Amino acid sequence: MIAAVRQHRLMLSLGGAIVITALLSLTIGSQPLPLMQALQESFGEKAGVYSLILTELRIPRTLIALLAGASLGLCGAVMQSLLRNPLASPGLVGSASGAALGAVITLYFGFAGLFAYALPLGGMAGALLATLTVYLLAGRDGGTLTLILAGVAVNAFALALVSLLLNLAPSPYAVQEIALWMLGSLANVSRNELWILLPGTILGWLLIWRQGRPLDLLTLGEETASSMGADLPNLRRRLFLAVALAVGSAISVTGAIGFIGLVVPHLLRPLVGYQPSRLLIPSAMGGALLLMLADMGVRLLPVQGEIKVGVVTSLIGAPFFLWLILHHRGRDV
Amino acid sequence: MSLLNGRALSLSRGQRPILKDVDMTLQPGEMLGLIGPNGAGKSTLLRILAGVIEPDAGELTLDGQGVESLPHQARARRIAYLPQLSEIAWPMSVERIIELGRTPHLEPWQSVGDEDREIIDRVTRQTDLLAFRDRAFNTLSGGEQARVLLARALVTEPDILLADEPVSALDPAHQLDVMNLLRQHCENGHSVIVVLHDLSLAAHYCHRLQLLHQGSTLAEGSAEAVLNEKNLADAYDIALTKTNGKVLKPTSLPWRRLHKDD
Repeated sequence: MIAAVRQHRLMLSLGGAIVITALLSLTIGSQPLPLMQALQESFGEKAGVYSLILTELRIPRTLIALLAGASLGLCGAVMQSLLRNPLASPGLVGSASGAALGAVITLYFGFAGLFAYALPLGGMAGALLATLTVYLLAGRDGGTLTLILAGVAVNAFALALVSLLLNLAPSPYAVQEIALWMLGSLANVSRNELWILLPGTILGWLLIWRQGRPLDLLTLGEETASSMGADLPNLRRRLFLAVALAVGSAISVTGAIGFIGLVVPHLLRPLVGYQPSRLLIPSAMGGALLLMLADMGVRLLPVQGEIKVGVVTSLIGAPFFLWLILHHRGRDV
Repeated sequence: MSLLNGRALSLSRGQRPILKDVDMTLQPGEMLGLIGPNGAGKSTLLRILAGVIEPDAGELTLDGQGVESLPHQARARRIAYLPQLSEIAWPMSVERIIELGRTPHLEPWQSVGDEDREIIDRVTRQTDLLAFRDRAFNTLSGGEQARVLLARALVTEPDILLADEPVSALDPAHQLDVMNLLRQHCENGHSVIVVLHDLSLAAHYCHRLQLLHQGSTLAEGSAEAVLNEKNLADAYDIALTKTNGKVLKPTSLPWRRLHKDD
């Protein structure tokens, strides 16, 4: 019961922080935005430049950061619980590298210029295909270790293909376009990207809804969980698809954004008593918060142009990951 | 009618047969001991009964009905399985882990209610874990962990409890406690199948023994009937020690629990 109170308090604080950060994020950028004036304009008779910035750029950018971050945090918690491994990331089943490969293919062959949705659709297709490959290789009845190894192999292969395309790129401009996309950024998103992001995200989240219970049971081991009524093959299928959809959509729109899915569940796990079902929603909220903060950070950094947000999350995430490994090694011994 | 009934259960891994045409039956209120040397197929049989693995051949019925026709959760409410080794993935508290045992009784949107709470409290007391409720599982000793996992299985209040060597990590006093708890589960009208290596514990506590050897049933029946010289020599390659030319009764136990209410 005390745990339930603590859980509510955690979610309330995260929720409060999200609202404040989101509002701040609307006002910050290359052009400072007086929020009240922009709102007045938006609801008033004549649309001004402030309302345009707000509704066409800042709101979509903030919402995309919120949704993509939430998907990454949520799916990180899902994968770690499903694989019973604290070092699992949402990209492990191939969704992230698959999305990258799909998006790069559309850039490389110039489909991206044909119509607005080509690049994210390519990314989605790549994510689904890569996840399906991992699933067929190991997901149906293979153990956790087989699954992780298959994920590593598929990821490596997808990234090798990305490198091949970079290698063969016809012009330095194409190389630059691909490389910059890979860095992960929210700088050039608009309402279109928001519409592209939404369906897969919502579908993915719905698939995860109410799967906390079987994830709790998995804590006790796969055999015990299945003896306690968890339908593991079904659970795996469902969660693989969910992660492919949610993370695939996020990566397709933002480019590669590392470490949020890995780090956020870790930070929050001790605060929810290590219980997988209680970790899911806080992780989504934490992911949303972290990506919004990182995206605000890159807008505030006093450098020429803008540092890509994916670079920032990895810059912070990688040392944390290292600390995590060392910390875990210490505890196991 | 028997509660659980397995007929001609067989399983092979590759070319190697692990179980060969094993029959088994379990009555309500009965405690059945599965004994046999390492690799005899005891754990495999238990996992088949738990629904964790499927046999290659044979049929399994619960109350005369094919087990495979039962939905996962309905089966989990009636049959609980306590595996030999259980690695807990996250350092959750003892209380939360025991609570998980009520999951088969809960709908996906339900959380643990007052009635569940009462059962959890009672079992926590019976398993001597009240003092450990808030401790993280991974900070407990092996014996304490084994009791937490038993408590998790007991709070399910299953008709059939399948326990794979539940006492192997325990000191003698806690071994007797666990066996008494299993026995108590039977006295409440439920049934237990327990895999044991300690033959005197098996003889003392179980209503009936089934001796497996190389994947087949070598003997089955009362302790006196099963634990005879020929069976022990065939299955375990051991001989009974004789005192003054007489074999000790297999049911005589060298120790009993002190200072513990029965």
